[in-house]
Amino acid sequence: MSYPIEQIRADFPILGEKIRNKPLVYLDNAASCQKPQAVIDAIVHTYSHEYANIHRGVHTLSVKATDKFEAAREKVRAFINANSDKEIIFVRGATEAINLVAQSYGKSQLKAGDEIVISAMEHHANIVPWQMLCQQIGAVLKVAPINQQGELLFDEFEKLLNANTKLVAITHMSNALGSINPVDKIIAAAHAKNIPVLLDGAQAIPHMAVDVQALDCDFYVFSGHKLYGPSGTGVLYGKQALLEAMPPYQGGGDMIRQVTFEKTTYAGLPHKFEAGTPAIAEIIGLGAAIDYVSAISMDKIAAYEAELLDYATEQAREIKGLNIIGQAEHKGGILSFTLDHIHPHDIGTMLDSLGIAVRAGHHCAMPVMDFYGVPATARASFAMYNTRQEIDVLLQGIKSLIEVFG
Amino acid sequence: MFDELRDLYQEVIFDHNRNPRNFRIMADANRRVDGFNPLCGDKLTLFLKIDDDHVIQDASFQGSGCAISTASVSLMTEIIKGMSEDEAEALFKQFHEMTTGKTEDVNLEAIGKLAVLAGVREYPARVKCATLAWHTLDAALKNQQEAVSTE
Repeated sequence: MSYPIEQIRADFPILGEKIRNKPLVYLDNAASCQKPQAVIDAIVHTYSHEYANIHRGVHTLSVKATDKFEAAREKVRAFINANSDKEIIFVRGATEAINLVAQSYGKSQLKAGDEIVISAMEHHANIVPWQMLCQQIGAVLKVAPINQQGELLFDEFEKLLNANTKLVAITHMSNALGSINPVDKIIAAAHAKNIPVLLDGAQAIPHMAVDVQALDCDFYVFSGHKLYGPSGTGVLYGKQALLEAMPPYQGGGDMIRQVTFEKTTYAGLPHKFEAGTPAIAEIIGLGAAIDYVSAISMDKIAAYEAELLDYATEQAREIKGLNIIGQAEHKGGILSFTLDHIHPHDIGTMLDSLGIAVRAGHHCAMPVMDFYGVPATARASFAMYNTRQEIDVLLQGIKSLIEVFG
Repeated sequence: MFDELRDLYQEVIFDHNRNPRNFRIMADANRRVDGFNPLCGDKLTLFLKIDDDHVIQDASFQGSGCAISTASVSLMTEIIKGMSEDEAEALFKQFHEMTTGKTEDVNLEAIGKLAVLAGVREYPARVKCATLAWHTLDAALKNQQEAVSTE
């Protein structure tokens, strides 16, 4: 496989940093990914040469900034193969996108007694907005269980779907476990009962090719910062007919067509859902991130990361006292683990002293931690720029700290 | 390999982590407060028995946490036994100052064995691990009923 790992690493300036006098080994990618020079340059270029507020200005700079901003929307559309750029709503992140769907679609389409089905492996961002909606309108949250490997129990999930089910909201890939859900089957089962499906793609989108039309999902959400783009950017994809029927989520700015004190008419899609000035330069940066990963190819990135995960898993299994949390058959590049008698926070600090960045905590998935009966895990999560050598450094570090703790 | 961590992980800390002192439920406690660190999920329950003269007759805890938080609560329960409520409250303040580094001149001698936790000052991400037990103690001394959170 030709995979330009050296070139990719050279494109990320931060990978040359030293942490506590050791080369940085950045393995906290499930929290946020580092940025290639192309993304940094796009932001610097925008602010240096092409920045103005968008959509309203008649002057040259505003037109330029608007063109670049809307070009980023087209890049997102092409990247996930949406049917129209009207279906691409820019938001601050996956969390805001889910809140938008909960408050707009949920409040307008659901009523007391209706059910929303999520899974036991969800991130808090795909739990709490639904709980809030349930409290507001009297809907009911149902949770599909998982097994010890961290896989969705599909039969149990299917049993939860009934005439009262009005929405399925489920993660494409778990941030705490790495599990990749059988979204094709999930969507087919839900659609057989006319239930729309929202996929939380925050973890999936940086690691695999996503085609929303092939998936036939009704909503797909993701964050820019996990896709090597700037933080404060994110995308809500929704099927046009669903978005058309939804009321605005926030008021002000580009979302209006005409305002009088008596009545406001709203703009069309996608602007109806884009109140206020967006993160202009950052969205343009997200477009650059999409160009960057597309040039390498998502399929190549997925294959490379799968090799890294296989290698890391194989090596980690050799370490006595290391327990891998989440061993789904179909899994992305996440190695979540505990060590006997050593708390994840101590693991995190000790690895940090070796220049290794991992996450130690509950990963905003406290119900998952409860399921496994652990307060927290240490999590190494891989990205397209990680290497086998870095995994060796990680595993050597783990072995040493097991010795120190004795 | 972890030489630069020696200030943070002293042998005393490893010892208390492996063998936490006063790790038990106290059936006849008259103060009982839960402490919780939402950042990492650490939890502990602190039990105190305080007599009519405001002296801490017994202290114990249950829960799960990292080496720093376990050593901190283990040492705390050892040290505060026999102290008056006022003395324990004063020690809480001293400990807080030592770990957050707000005053340079904390009297490490007065703080005794707890000085092994002074190294946490250099690790801002870990300060809450060391102080969770003490905020829980503070709440217990003030006779608060609700759970303590580090956030």
